[in-house]
Amino acid sequence: MLQILKARFHQKYRTFPFPEKMPPMAARYTGRPEIASGNCKSGCNACVAACPVGALSLGENKRPIIDMGSCLFCRACETACPEKLINFTQDFSLAANKKEGLLINAATFKRAEAMGNELRRLFGRSLKLRQVSAGGCNACEADTNVLATPNFDLARYGIQFVASPRHADGLLITGPVSQNMKLALLKTYEALPSPSIVIATGACAISGGLFKGNSEVNDGVGNLIPVDLYIPGCPPNPWTILEGILRFMGRL
Amino acid sequence: MKNQLILKNGTSASLDKMPVLESDAFRQHLTNLLQKGSRLSALFAVPTEQQAIVYAAVADDETAEIELFASKCGRKNISLTPHIPQAHWFEREMAEIHGIEMVGHPWLKPIRFQPRKGQTVEIIPGATEYFEVKGEEVHEVGVGPVHAGIIEPGHFRFQCHGEKVFHLEIELGYQHRGIERAIPGMPHEKAIRLMEAVAGDTSIGHATAYAMNIEALSGLKASQNAKIIRSVALELERMANHTGDLGALAGDVGFLPTSAYCGRIRGDILNTTGLICGNRFGRGLVKAGGCGYEIDSDLKKQILDKLLLIEADLHSAIDLIWDTPSVVSRFEETGTVSREDALAIGMVGPAGRACGLMVDTRISHPFGAFDKFAPAIPLIELGKLGDVNARATIRWLEIQESLRLIREMLAALNSEPAGYNHEQVKPVANSVAISLTEGWRGEICHVAMTDEQGQLKAYKIVDPSFHNWFGLALSLRDQEISDFPLCNKSFNLSYCGHDL
Repeated sequence: MLQILKARFHQKYRTFPFPEKMPPMAARYTGRPEIASGNCKSGCNACVAACPVGALSLGENKRPIIDMGSCLFCRACETACPEKLINFTQDFSLAANKKEGLLINAATFKRAEAMGNELRRLFGRSLKLRQVSAGGCNACEADTNVLATPNFDLARYGIQFVASPRHADGLLITGPVSQNMKLALLKTYEALPSPSIVIATGACAISGGLFKGNSEVNDGVGNLIPVDLYIPGCPPNPWTILEGILRFMGRL
Repeated sequence: MKNQLILKNGTSASLDKMPVLESDAFRQHLTNLLQKGSRLSALFAVPTEQQAIVYAAVADDETAEIELFASKCGRKNISLTPHIPQAHWFEREMAEIHGIEMVGHPWLKPIRFQPRKGQTVEIIPGATEYFEVKGEEVHEVGVGPVHAGIIEPGHFRFQCHGEKVFHLEIELGYQHRGIERAIPGMPHEKAIRLMEAVAGDTSIGHATAYAMNIEALSGLKASQNAKIIRSVALELERMANHTGDLGALAGDVGFLPTSAYCGRIRGDILNTTGLICGNRFGRGLVKAGGCGYEIDSDLKKQILDKLLLIEADLHSAIDLIWDTPSVVSRFEETGTVSREDALAIGMVGPAGRACGLMVDTRISHPFGAFDKFAPAIPLIELGKLGDVNARATIRWLEIQESLRLIREMLAALNSEPAGYNHEQVKPVANSVAISLTEGWRGEICHVAMTDEQGQLKAYKIVDPSFHNWFGLALSLRDQEISDFPLCNKSFNLSYCGHDL
């Protein structure tokens, strides 16, 4: 007993006061990309060629467009661009309501909006989620799980991961949805009482990620069921996941 | 045998040197090697236009050598499993992917529910015959694929008598996403990212294995600094996962202090990896030919300072487990796997070491910086082997050993750039390379083969979970079904690493 008390004293109070304070990110953390204003003069295509997952395309005036829904946040495009048009910031607020909202072509980004008023009345202060892992690599799951630890203390926001879809207000889905998980996912979705919400977390769940195009997967949740919130990253930092959910609940 | 192809870890050879034996000779040679104490690191088939070729990779831990040999394979093959239990899962895999019948295999059924090439019949995952115990009062409990927590999907079928489990059968495949099939022809910059997603909690372990193969095939040598940074990241990965699991083990027996503290400390360790490369799982850190990030003296100091705090927190949190008799009594004699069984089914990593097996590729087949910085294998005294307590103890000893190794390795960094040059990545044609790394769950084995153009034509990945899932099933024999979460967490095997 004394040892337990001693340990409690040693371990201190470690819950981070988010959103009152912004959590410190590592100096090398890669957050939301920005595209500087002005035209691309060289039109060299180096950024598109450098992207290992085809997340880049060229838009008007050959200005790059980054799809955060596929992006690995590896900075290959930033390094490749001779004109320094691309710059990855430390901003970890990445969630969007629509897949198109994840397309970055400027220095600005329209952050996710809160759910509608009726849903917000129901879920704004208490949100129970069922997590479904559907063919990913378990990194998104790991950084979702970590939200329950004292540092993040998810429960203080009224958010809880529950054991059954029958107890849940929505699903948080990770992975590209493998063929072998399609049926289980659809059954879990159907078991939700309505109204319900769906959150696609990670590049795989949004676009198929690194597995996009494989016949064994469905290239993301949106091809099977409607999605209300997209949280990009490979995997997203836990703060990105938490920030996205809180924003969607209308709490930020 | 006259012609032999023997490779050291992380080296390559021309495919012409691969001995192709008659199937009887193949079986005989494999049996001989394993009887002498070698381990089956990989057994897989590669289809050719005429017929499939079966390849075996057998690791000799005494000589640090890996022997490779092959055999042409018909539609029917005599199964090795009755004499070599280590082969059972590999043979099921070959039967499923290539439709090769394994005559005499005691339990030939799918492991992933993946459609064969050209197969049009719809496959329903989990729909298969299960081992069934019959009799009055015997009942069956089915769990999954969707579990109660934030866990990957898998299906577990328990044959029970009251609370007692006679047998557990594990069916996986829900995470199958076609990794091996996607690799041939893929640009290396993308393929290494894909390797990081074989099992997200083992990003460094798998990416390092891939990098070693590509380096061997391209005649590249990673700099000493790159080897050190990769090895430091691998040890951080080991520490983070062991810490998280020790916390979860405490949580599974309702001991919340250690559970809460370890959950947070695990995050601190992941954030230490984040200091090096910005990503908590080490994404982008390992590159073919070297390392994507440098550690300068400032960063080195930051890491060492952080490790000092982490070490103090770990001791405070984890010592509580063995200070608390109610926790220890739940760990002891729960989920025991005998040394004989572990050896027979070829268990690897800390789960194998907890059964008394001397298996650690960092020691037996040194790679990266481990040739200079070898860990001491912690062995638990005989008589207490193979239970949850042994697996927990091993993991705690390994965390402390990792801390020592990281400090020693960081001290050996010099001012040379770790770097890499993507231009130099040019695998030679018609070659084979093999790499073994010691992920936190155990031996990771990757085998790469190139075609006439130097493109990868076949790539085999063996995650440690592939060897160990059956060990988990054995640990449940004659246990209370309520001990399943505890046993499961003490192994914490990868679904996605198995399913690929």
